[in-house]
Parts: sequence; structure tokens; C-alpha cells
Amino acid sequence: MSKLRKIFATDSYIVPLVAIVMGFLVGAIVMLVGGYDPIAAYSALFKRVFGSPYDFGEAIREMTPLMFTGLAVAFAFRSGMFNIGADGQVLIGMTAASVVGIKFAGALPNFVLVPLAVIIAGVCGGLWAGIAGYLKAKRGINEVITTIMLNWVALFLSNYIVRSFLLLQGQNRSEDIPASLSMTFLNSVFDNARLHWGTAIALAAAVFFYVYLWKTKQGYEMRAVGLNPHAAEYAGMNVGRNVIKAMFISGVFAGLAGAGEVLGVFHYQSVFAASPGYGFDGIAVALLGLTHPLGVILAAILYGTLTYGSAGMSFGADVPPELIRIVIGSIIFFIAAQGIVRWVLKPFYFKRKKEKVL
Amino acid sequence: MKKLYQLSLVMLLAFTVILAGCGNNNNNSGNAGGKNAGAATNAPAEATAAPTDAPKTDVKVGMVTDVGGVNDKSFNQSAWEALQALEKETGIEIKYLQSKSNADYEPNLNQFVKGGYNLTWGIGFDLGDAIKKVATENPNANLAIIDSVVDAPNVESVTFSENEGSFLVGVVAGLTTKTNKVGFIGGMESPVIKRFEVGFKAGVLAVNPKATVKITYAGAYDKPDIGKSLAATLYNDGNDIIFPAAGATGNGVFNEAKSRNKAGGSKVWVIGVDKDQSLEFGDDVTLTSMIKRVDEAVKKVSQQVVDGTFKGGTTTVLGLKDNGVGLPETSKANVSADILAKVDEYTKQIIDGTIKVPAE
Repeated sequence: MSKLRKIFATDSYIVPLVAIVMGFLVGAIVMLVGGYDPIAAYSALFKRVFGSPYDFGEAIREMTPLMFTGLAVAFAFRSGMFNIGADGQVLIGMTAASVVGIKFAGALPNFVLVPLAVIIAGVCGGLWAGIAGYLKAKRGINEVITTIMLNWVALFLSNYIVRSFLLLQGQNRSEDIPASLSMTFLNSVFDNARLHWGTAIALAAAVFFYVYLWKTKQGYEMRAVGLNPHAAEYAGMNVGRNVIKAMFISGVFAGLAGAGEVLGVFHYQSVFAASPGYGFDGIAVALLGLTHPLGVILAAILYGTLTYGSAGMSFGADVPPELIRIVIGSIIFFIAAQGIVRWVLKPFYFKRKKEKVL
Repeated sequence: MKKLYQLSLVMLLAFTVILAGCGNNNNNSGNAGGKNAGAATNAPAEATAAPTDAPKTDVKVGMVTDVGGVNDKSFNQSAWEALQALEKETGIEIKYLQSKSNADYEPNLNQFVKGGYNLTWGIGFDLGDAIKKVATENPNANLAIIDSVVDAPNVESVTFSENEGSFLVGVVAGLTTKTNKVGFIGGMESPVIKRFEVGFKAGVLAVNPKATVKITYAGAYDKPDIGKSLAATLYNDGNDIIFPAAGATGNGVFNEAKSRNKAGGSKVWVIGVDKDQSLEFGDDVTLTSMIKRVDEAVKKVSQQVVDGTFKGGTTTVLGLKDNGVGLPETSKANVSADILAKVDEYTKQIIDGTIKVPAE
């Protein structure tokens, strides 16, 4: 019992939950102001996600890249860095997977080709993030600036590669990629929803995240560097190496997201007009999940549900899908401004303390 | 502190009740407006046209936009307006879904297909792959696509000879330019936009061999800010007419031209695309428009579904002779009669085949 109370009394569980409820309330108020029925809208939203196997599968597809980028941002965050470049790392991962998947298609059997494409995508994403890590470690350049700049480089570099080496004649995309991560055996269950192994890899990545950071010596060093680089250095840790390593691992997560997208979802890579935005959503997911791997996975599920369900809102209740962005924005706002949530919760804390006294 | 909290709770409740009241009022007065939220331009008209006097049919037509969105003041919007007009005429049920990214195309199309819609439109070249996949998985569904050819027995493809219409606006631009420099802003490099580019260039050079046509690409259909900055560069460079074929990105070009004309200095023009954009942006900047009758195509094919004559599996190419592309009536406001006569002359020559407009 006391253990149970301890779980529920911990801020880390309660604050996000209350923030989510408050976010939905703010969304409901906005809908009322706009003359929409919030109950109809929210039920349409959840009906869209859980209403049919196809939609449920597609919602999982929507969550998968968010899990990866959320983990990427959270990992860097734990090591004291703000990786805004997950978007670029996703693109580099996509491009690497496409290049391997198309160019080595004839030469290698599928069971070698697919893992190879995934691994190279991860490594390339990691190296891309590693550039920012290296510049931070060796030259002291703020990673926020370098990762943002690298996003653009990644966007145009991958467009260039697709256009010049992989282009399908007369189209705005690459040739079809023979290597596939799709879970085709689930097609009949999920009605051809685009499920792929990336989801499983994302869950495995979350486990790796936890074990590495909290159960290994290297992870301990990384967290120490994240909490206080000066103290870590004084304690004899190599701060620069940890920074580069943390950025590399963060980039690997993002790169894997890219592999999942091209090998599992699209089976080709388009020429992007703008970066797909998974990296930026990943920042929100990481914050929402309080940069803990389990939290990030849950946050990605929530975020994916809301994003995918928003189309159902406009379809079923004629509510503009942009409204869901208000809900998401408010949730993040309340999590960032924890004081507001605590203030709302205060009376409940009072009550509990009184009970204790009695 | 506790009191303050209770007070704020009461206030919040009261606030919610008041707002809920407002919400209901809105609902009663503007049902139709809410129903077609987003299609702002036609909402009031919709509210007055009571659905009671429209003939009843239970045909449902859905439309999936590309990432430009339904209010792009360009071809997504024309398609939606065509469906709205058809709704008024025949009482069909219509709905659209906007795509935030190209990952949304498939689920959005499926939403309509699995929701039992009789016809689902994909608006834009980019939806080709998604339409193909959804059509194969659902052989009983009817789909249609604009700007791309999808080879499936249940898909009707509609494409346009943009090069012919662009040739004509090129003629207008070539004869109107004072600096002998005109610019072109494309959305993204694709076969469709290439037809615009090549046709326009050929038209300009046909009537004004001294002129230069500066070709640029914005790399996006939904970025008015990029359109504006590209337009600023082109105008600064001495180009006095710009033809943007870039969806909502082109709105930025109009914006830039407007502020330049307002500030004085040498007069600059924009040539509208897809719709008669002088209606949207005014005659002071819109020289003419290269109209692409997406609306006609959408209406025609949707009507076939209503009448039960929809076949699918065919490709319709709409060119000058089918009235699928061309210049709007409003061009007379800014284009002189001599030039329009010249345009007519070229129109005839293109239709009878004397002039072959290049397409790529």
C-alpha cells in the first residue's frame, strides 16, 4: 500500500497525467468557442484510431518514427545536449537505407540486405549527429546551432542523392526499394496497414536506452557529464568523448527512424520539399516523456494517437485537424510549466497530508 | 491559497458554461458553415442554399488534398469548389481531408474508400503512388486523380496540357514586358511543372526572341515565404513579369508584387496559375492567368458517378481544344486587344496543329 501511494505521490507520474487532462480541457474550450462539439470531436478522434484494424495499424505506423526521434532527443538530453537535428539525422538514415536497399539489391540476398540497410542507416544517422558532437567537444560550438544547420544540409544532400542516383524516371521519387521491413504476414489482420519491424526495433532501442544509461559504467559517465560536465571532468571522465558518443547514439536512434520510414512505410524515398518534421515532434515527445525511455514510448503513443486521430476529427465531427495541435501544444506547455499543474494539484496534496496526520 | 483555488474553479466553471452557450448559438445559426469548415469562401453561400430544394441522391464523393491544403487558392481549392457546386446541384455528400505529409495520403484515401464513398479524388501528382496502392487493394472502390496517370481499372486519370496554356500566357508576357526579362517560379521539378516551364518559355520566345526567361524553382508548393523572396530576387534583377506555377508558394509572389506596386517604382506583374487569380489578388498585379480547369474535370468525372456512367481505367488529357486550359475573360482588363488577338491566333494554330508546343 505504501508503495502504491509512493508511486502515485511522485510528481513524475502525476504531472504529465494532469497536464494531459488539462491539455484536453483547453482543446475542448477552444472547440466550444469555435462552435464545435468537443465530445463528438474527441470520440471521433479515438474512434478513428481504435475503430478498425487498418486505422489501428496505421496509428502504430505514425507512432514509430516518433518513438525513435523521441528517444534520440531524450538520450542527448540526458547527456546534457539538445539535439534539434534529429530531423536531419532521420533524412540521412532514410537516404542511407535507400542507397543500400537499391544499389545492393541484386548482389545480396534479402536476409542480409535488409539488416545491412538498417545498420548502415543507423550508423550514418549517428555519424551525422556525431559531426555536431565533434564540433561541440573539440571546438566548443553549441550543438543547437550546428544541428539546426545540419538539418538543412541533410535535406538538400539527400534530395541531391535521390535526384542524381536513385531517381525513378519522370517521378519525384526514388526507384522502388526491394529491401523491405514490412510485416507482410500481418497484412490480413491489419487490412494492409503499413506495419513494419521498425516498431519492434524502436521498443528494443528503448530497452537499450534504459540499460545503457542506468546499468553500465559508460552510461553512468554520460549521465554525470549531462548533470555537470565540470564535476565529471574533475572526477576524471573524458567529457569530450562522452559528448561525441552521446550524440552518435542519439543520431543512431534517429537514423533508424529513417530506415523504418523508407524500408517499411513508403518503399521509396521522395524528394522532400521540406524536412518531414519527425525530429521536431521528437523534441515534444521527449519532453512529454520526461526524457525517460518508458515515458518517451508512452508519449510517442499519445502523440501518434492524437496526430493520427486528428484526421478522424475533421472527418467525423468536422473539426479542423489543426485543433489537435492546440491540444498537443497545451499539454507540452503544462508539462514545461509544471508550476501550474502543481498549483492545480495543491488542494489534493493538502488533503493527503491531513489524512496522514490523522 | 485554498480559497483562491476554489474561487478560480468556480470562475472556470462559469466561463465554461458561458462559452458552451456561445457554442450552441453558433451551431444553430451556421450549421452549413461548420459542416464545410475550412472552405471559407463559399461557406456563406452554402448556408443560404437549403439542401431541401436540391434533388436527393445518396452519392458520396471524397477528396484528399496534397500537402498544399484545401485553401491553397490554386488547384486543390478549384477542385473543392467544383465539388461544392456539384453538391448544390445534385445534393451529393462531399467531404475533404487535408494531408499534412505524404505519409497521410494512404490513410486519408482509405478513410473515404473504407467509409463507403462512391468516388475518392486524389488531387495532385504526388498522390499517384498512394492511389495506385489503394486502388489495387480495394478493386471495388472508384478513385480518380488529377495530374497523374495511374494504371488501374478503377481509377480515372485526368491530366492537362499545361504546356499549351502556358505558351499562351508566355505570348502575353513576351509582348507585355518592358524590360525584356521575365521570370518563372516552379514548385518542385516534376513532369507537370516542367510542362508549365517549357510551354511558357516557348511562348515568350515565339513573340519576343530578344527576351530572356529566368527559370527558378522554389522546391515547395506550400511556402509563400520562399515564393516572396524568390520574387523579390527576380524583380530586383529587372524581370517585370513572373509566372509562378507553385501552388500556395505563388501567393508570396503576389504579395511581393503588390507591395512593390504600392511603393511606386516600375510596374511589375504576376501571371496567375490554375485559377483566375485576378479574382483573388486583384487586377492591379494580375496580368492574366493560366487557367487549368481542374474544376471542370472534377465536376465531369464526379457527375459520371452520380449518373452511374463512371468507367475508370481511362486517362483524359485536357488541352486547349477541350477548353481544359486557357486564359480567363478578365484578361482584357490588363492585356491590350492587340495582344489578345495574337493569343487567339496562336490558340488556333495550336489547336489545328500548326504549332507544336514542346512538353519537356
